[in-house]
Amino acid sequence: MYYAENLRVIVHGAVCVNSGAFHVSGQEEVVVRLDVTESAPKKRCLVKEATPGVQAMAQRNKKYDRQLRIWGEQGQSALEKANICVLNAGPTGSETLKNLVLGGIGSFTVVDGSDIQASDLGNNFLIEWSSLGKRRASAVCSLLHEMNESVMPKFVDESPESIIESNPAFFRQFSLVIATQLSEFALAKLDLICRQYNAILLVARSYGFIGHVSISVEEHDVIEAKPDNRVEDLRFHKPWPELRRLVQEFDIDTKDPIVHKHIPFGILLIKILEDWKADHGGQMPSSLRELKAAITSRKRELDEDNYNEALKAAYLVTSPPSLKPEFLAVLKDRNVEIDAGSSDFWIMVAALKHFMENEGEGEPPLDGSVPDMHSFTDYYIRLQQVYQAKAEADAAAVEERVRNLLKQIGRDPDGISRTSIKHFCKNARNLRVYRYPSIADKYSSQVRTEFQKLLAAADNSNAAFYVLLLAVDRLAGTNKRYPGTVDAEFEEDLALLKAAAADVLSEIGCHGASIPEDLVGEMCRFGAAELHCVAAVVGGIAAQEAIKLLTGQFMPLSGPLIYNAITATATVLDV
Amino acid sequence: MMKRKGEDEPWALEPEAMAETVDLEGRWRDLDRLLLRPGYIVGPGFEPGIELRDMIKDDCRVLVIGAGGLGCELLKDLALTGFGNIEVIDMDTIDVSNLNRQFLFRMRDVGQPKAKIAAERVMERVKGVNVVPHYCRIEDKDPFFFRGFQIIVLGLDSLEARSYINAVVCGFLEYESDGSPDLTTIKPMVDGGTEGFKGHARVIIPGLTPCFQCSMWLFPPQVTFPLCTLAETPRSPAHCIEYVHLIQWGQDRPGETFDADNTEHMKWIFEQAARRAEQYNINGVTYILTQGVVKNIIPAIASTNAIVAATCALETLKIATMCSKGMDVFMQYTGTDGVYMRTFQNEKDPNCVVCSPGVPVEVEPDITLKQFIDTILKDSRFENKISMPSVSLQGENLYMQAPPVLEEETRPNLEKALRTLMNGEGGILNINDRKLKGTLRVQVIFKDVDMDAGGCG
Ligand SMILES: [Zn+2]
Repeated sequence: MYYAENLRVIVHGAVCVNSGAFHVSGQEEVVVRLDVTESAPKKRCLVKEATPGVQAMAQRNKKYDRQLRIWGEQGQSALEKANICVLNAGPTGSETLKNLVLGGIGSFTVVDGSDIQASDLGNNFLIEWSSLGKRRASAVCSLLHEMNESVMPKFVDESPESIIESNPAFFRQFSLVIATQLSEFALAKLDLICRQYNAILLVARSYGFIGHVSISVEEHDVIEAKPDNRVEDLRFHKPWPELRRLVQEFDIDTKDPIVHKHIPFGILLIKILEDWKADHGGQMPSSLRELKAAITSRKRELDEDNYNEALKAAYLVTSPPSLKPEFLAVLKDRNVEIDAGSSDFWIMVAALKHFMENEGEGEPPLDGSVPDMHSFTDYYIRLQQVYQAKAEADAAAVEERVRNLLKQIGRDPDGISRTSIKHFCKNARNLRVYRYPSIADKYSSQVRTEFQKLLAAADNSNAAFYVLLLAVDRLAGTNKRYPGTVDAEFEEDLALLKAAAADVLSEIGCHGASIPEDLVGEMCRFGAAELHCVAAVVGGIAAQEAIKLLTGQFMPLSGPLIYNAITATATVLDV
Repeated sequence: MMKRKGEDEPWALEPEAMAETVDLEGRWRDLDRLLLRPGYIVGPGFEPGIELRDMIKDDCRVLVIGAGGLGCELLKDLALTGFGNIEVIDMDTIDVSNLNRQFLFRMRDVGQPKAKIAAERVMERVKGVNVVPHYCRIEDKDPFFFRGFQIIVLGLDSLEARSYINAVVCGFLEYESDGSPDLTTIKPMVDGGTEGFKGHARVIIPGLTPCFQCSMWLFPPQVTFPLCTLAETPRSPAHCIEYVHLIQWGQDRPGETFDADNTEHMKWIFEQAARRAEQYNINGVTYILTQGVVKNIIPAIASTNAIVAATCALETLKIATMCSKGMDVFMQYTGTDGVYMRTFQNEKDPNCVVCSPGVPVEVEPDITLKQFIDTILKDSRFENKISMPSVSLQGENLYMQAPPVLEEETRPNLEKALRTLMNGEGGILNINDRKLKGTLRVQVIFKDVDMDAGGCG
């Protein structure tokens, strides 16, 4: 085995590079990995001084700038801590790893037991012409290392199937295992091993024009879901006392026309709603139109941007954003009943639930952000401060509950940092918990019903290809080769595949369903080909999922994904 | 379907001698399953066989525009899909911030031309492929250059560059007299784009599917702040940064041109913006944000580029070989909430100024050619597109602005009735103008032709 030497420099305290290019908060520990190669022996001595660490950090921040803008320092350091295992170094495994190595994961181990053949030179960019006949694991590993030397590379020259059989404890060291081009049988075994060692299993497969990506793990919690359409939690419909007090300070009917058009729309909406209720015995407007009419009646000029913004945002008063079903499910989860063994996440969820049932009055903590509003600067800043103060107060209330809960279950009351709790509160509205059935019992009755529906749909080709993927593995199990790999036996294979697909259908309870002939034909035509471009798409999707799982940001796949390169579409089978 | 290299194409390169010898038996085993055998879901005219594989290796010339995040992936994908003759054009040099995704480049390459390094690296790794780099702007190339490729693949990050190349390529398109596109003049384009976890890929077959101009609405307008907000009522860190960038720089450092790649300039903007933010009680101006706002930085990651580029390369393979059905023309990808990957079949704009058979222009029946030219110059649809138009009818010059000899020769036509010049009936006129990137086709419709005919008869 070949290990790259790896050095760690711990930089304590606030790091300020390039006049504040990157602020690292005082408590955080920053791990900088320096690459140490034969050609750069000097670096080793320099590490003892402070400046090269700072310089290396600046270089790292420049290199990763375009992704730091997506997942931030927290996300990046999560990637840098990750130790990933990739099974099989064909194009699917190589492309997945390529994307992760470029992004700067901590370390990886490639497991592959094959010799490099001519076909590897036709579909894998991470193999050099001169490597023909050599071992695939070491060849791919060294080219990956050359691509980003701050990543620690390892390889194991053994077939994944044999490690799964003979050395399950090998998987203990990894946070994520990415299994590529493995058949269903090997996967089911691997899944049990990963669950035992608490490693996430990510499955990726390319087969002709078809791809498959899926996740298997007991539970994955997401705090920073970062939804595209963030719900603006502004509480115009039920302002808290401080916000009401601020609104009272404004005379929205001021004679000064300049002031009139520079009062932020938030203030306008709350005030106009208040006046409406005073005139209508405390009732809310019965429709959006009524409220809009009330706004328009206070507007003086056509070009008053603040009023135009108020009209656009009026719906936030009449139909304030509701809590999403996924969020409500988290509150009802069995893990909310915490004990000494509960994770920090569930302790915070329990505190959140108590907060909402008491001082939160049914709402999660305010996140404190306010959209831009046409306004004088100081009006806007004052409004922003009231929102931020409320968010602080809410987070402090949750924090107190967290401390009490920790005490109750016999843990150190300061065991969860204030920064973590604040971060949790800021994102509370979008909490998500994902659970995935184990590969062995993937065909629970619930899955079957969903799947039957999908198969029956007019455009069912992606669901049908899922069945066909299972069918080719069955055939390969009995025939010792995939259908369509020998030209002379194509017709025979076609018939066998059709029968195997029918078997799979009845096994998963989809009697009566059938797979269109042309799809069976295509699947046989593919002959287990691993096309570079299909592998690149599958490897791209798998790398995105890996990043989401490792950083705990964004929302991962909720079920198995089938990618179809014929139509350039993907379908996530709903679980 | 593909045109063979010929004598009339001086830019065609001799294939490298080694290309003939390097193919190992079984190297393209996986691709051969699809290219050498019949299929069940294939495009029209798919003819599997060795000739098809040789065609993409030897005869099909593909141009990749952009050697950045998408470009690097595209070159790798096309080379490993069997395309043997690829050219790449890019005006940029390599920057440190490219290295998280532009996998053909290393730290030691910083400052080198992207096109050159990318071409070298792909040829080093994938034996037998010939990649010709062009280190220049797309505008520097004669439109004739683009004609030399069978398929053009775009890995660009700006709307302007896409619009430009779209106009050039749609400019090659000619229509038959019945309004159907002349199939021999169609040059397919495949376009990709990414931002963070999201991306798109699309296929543009000019004359048959919507061109870039037809579906301009798919791209959201850029966010700009009103100047009065920046100057008088800033409320966000971005307002403070843009004020210093757009207004204060010119006041405090008159005569100096701001350069976003100059660290001293960028630091000055950051410091001034931070000062302004402090005055107004605004939090959150950082150096990173300053760079992001001033340079309009689009976040980018390797995986999304891989997905979008490979989708483009697969569609390129389908166009070239018909080995599978082409996708519906527009693919959208979002990876932030699970995975969303769908395609759409959007509509062509029948009056598109770039790709339609002709933009309808209604004119008086007795109009002269000069009056017609004045009419189109005043037409808001052609605003900023034409300034000194030359007019031709099916290859015949009606009026040419240049060269002087031709101008003099065609000048007498200006005072003639347009209808006479067009042989008594409406139809398509081709307008060329220095400002246009391709040909503008105008469909002339004479008002009240029947009444007019009766009145004069
Ligand atoms: Zn168009």
